[in-house]
Amino acid sequence: MAAGPSPAAAQVTLHGAGATFPAPLYEVWFQDYNTAYSNVQIDYQANGSGAGIKAITEQTVDFGASDAAMKDEEIAALPAGTKMLHFPTALGAVVVTYNVPGVTALSLDADTISEIFLGTITKWNDPAIAALNSGATLPATDILVVHRSDGSGTTNTFTTYLDTVSPEWHTKVGAGKEVKWAVGIGAAGNDGVAGGVEQSEGGVGYVELNYAVKASLPTAKVKNADGQFVEATTAGVTAAAEAAQANFPADFRAKPIINGAGPTTYPIAAYTYLLVYVDQKDADKGKDLVSFVYWALTDGQAKEADLGYAPLPKEIVQKAIDQLHGVTTGGSPIWP
Amino acid sequence: MAIEVGRMGTQAVAGERITGDATGRFPEWLFRSMTRVAAFAIVALVILIAIQLVLGSRLAWQEFGLSFLTGTDWNPVKDIYGALPFIVGTLLTSLIALVIGAPIGLLTAIFLAELAPPRVAAPLIFLIELLAAIPSVVVGLWGVFVLAPTLKVTVETWIVSTLGWIPFFSGPTFGVGVFTAGVILSIMILPTIVSIAREVIRAVPDGQREAMLALGATRWEMTTRAVLPYARSGIIGAVILGLGRALGETMAVTMVVGNSTDIPDRLFDQGQTIASQIATTFNEAAVGLQTSALIYLGLVLLAITISLNIVARLLVWRVTRPIGSET
Repeated sequence: MAAGPSPAAAQVTLHGAGATFPAPLYEVWFQDYNTAYSNVQIDYQANGSGAGIKAITEQTVDFGASDAAMKDEEIAALPAGTKMLHFPTALGAVVVTYNVPGVTALSLDADTISEIFLGTITKWNDPAIAALNSGATLPATDILVVHRSDGSGTTNTFTTYLDTVSPEWHTKVGAGKEVKWAVGIGAAGNDGVAGGVEQSEGGVGYVELNYAVKASLPTAKVKNADGQFVEATTAGVTAAAEAAQANFPADFRAKPIINGAGPTTYPIAAYTYLLVYVDQKDADKGKDLVSFVYWALTDGQAKEADLGYAPLPKEIVQKAIDQLHGVTTGGSPIWP
Repeated sequence: MAIEVGRMGTQAVAGERITGDATGRFPEWLFRSMTRVAAFAIVALVILIAIQLVLGSRLAWQEFGLSFLTGTDWNPVKDIYGALPFIVGTLLTSLIALVIGAPIGLLTAIFLAELAPPRVAAPLIFLIELLAAIPSVVVGLWGVFVLAPTLKVTVETWIVSTLGWIPFFSGPTFGVGVFTAGVILSIMILPTIVSIAREVIRAVPDGQREAMLALGATRWEMTTRAVLPYARSGIIGAVILGLGRALGETMAVTMVVGNSTDIPDRLFDQGQTIASQIATTFNEAAVGLQTSALIYLGLVLLAITISLNIVARLLVWRVTRPIGSET
């Protein structure tokens, strides 16, 4: 890659707010970027995608971060005459974690997952689950569903998957950051769900891949569109994004990547974005933002896999860099 | 206040010393202004909060009106919002807290006010007030990791095995739920009930006690027949103030209540309270109707809490004001 733009010379602190999912990754990035360019400090408040979108709309921060792309109503709420750019930074996956006594490996498919979370399947030794797990002895324990009580991009990705694969889910529940669940107890945050599953025999829940990696949670293999049962790995997620990149929208507002084609793809994945205004009021901050986003799209990608995030496919990185040339300050491009 | 400042140099207000001379004493007008500003600022703040809530909930009010209070569905995907599950959850958890906390609190208050020797009472009072100082989130953490699992295998299992044939007390039990939230709330409202009830009981004139004892009553008879009836309205006030705290408690409840948006129909069911629902979902709530519905929820809770507090204050005031005819 050609050398990217460098930040302005002045001492600047950039403020960002938004999604909790990429926060661990961003913290590492901000530190490494500061090591490279010591005059640029970046601080970030991980108070949720919704709060991040509100903050960048009200321009109380310099950049926002969101797991879900901005909706039409949110774009309409932007200040008049402004335009927001979405920069994908990483990919995440939602995994199913479980606590079934005596079971160390579990395979599930779209039908079983949706029926478990709808409450149609109530015991672990149900024939539908047993059919996919011929090697394991499944106990007659009740299934306890643990879902998120707070609104979250993780829920959005997971329910989009269920909404896509299950017509019953589509009519009964639907997809969104917060939904009316058919069964189960709610817990706050990835750690709440993980804790709830760990403490209850027969528990099942959904968490972000990076969280499952960090906490070493048992995760189920999920059947992908090609019929393969895949473990959730960062490679599988990048493969899913690569397979779907032909459908990547021009305004970068991609939906979660569900059931991507390919033998190794993991079927439940989604982008996470940085939100930056096209026209930057502060020239120095604009230069720093452009420089940081370029760094994130290039050097930053190398850090992702170790932390449990999937790197972006090369084509998406190139598209994002092309979009970066469009960021202006006072009408003239910062990095022509 | 500005008018008084202007008056200072020109005329004396009856009964007020004009100062601000070379001796450097603290000006009387400044003292009056500061205290007045502080008092009115607090009142203004409460009114402003109420106004903001009303403004913010306008969208939801236009959409649902009063049927919001009876709506049972909270569905962000379909944009349908009803507050009844949370109102029921709030009232149910607070009721459980009262049923457990009021008797224990009252007995403790009687012990501290009537029976305990001072060297026993003083450390006990200190410890109970310390209970009130424990941060809510710490109590919640303890609830999740200690109380919920313990209740699940002990109290809840026992109740289900003995009373489980009554649908309200039937299983399954998960540890987290309305019952556990009620128990945690009872622990948190104990200091409130104990300290106010203790004050109210102590305010009962000794004449009442001495008269009863002179008639040959035991301590128990004296307490139940002379002291408690006299202090009755104050004790009810203490209990209602405890209820007021239970209604608004957020962090401890949200960790153990189970966070289910359906109306709880069993004691061990999962539920959700108004405060907990607002706290967990406000950050990610969609701009527009969902946020407005949450603000409407907040307004409902504010209305419930304010009315209860007014009733409690009136009751407590009625019994603790000095009654001139008594010795």
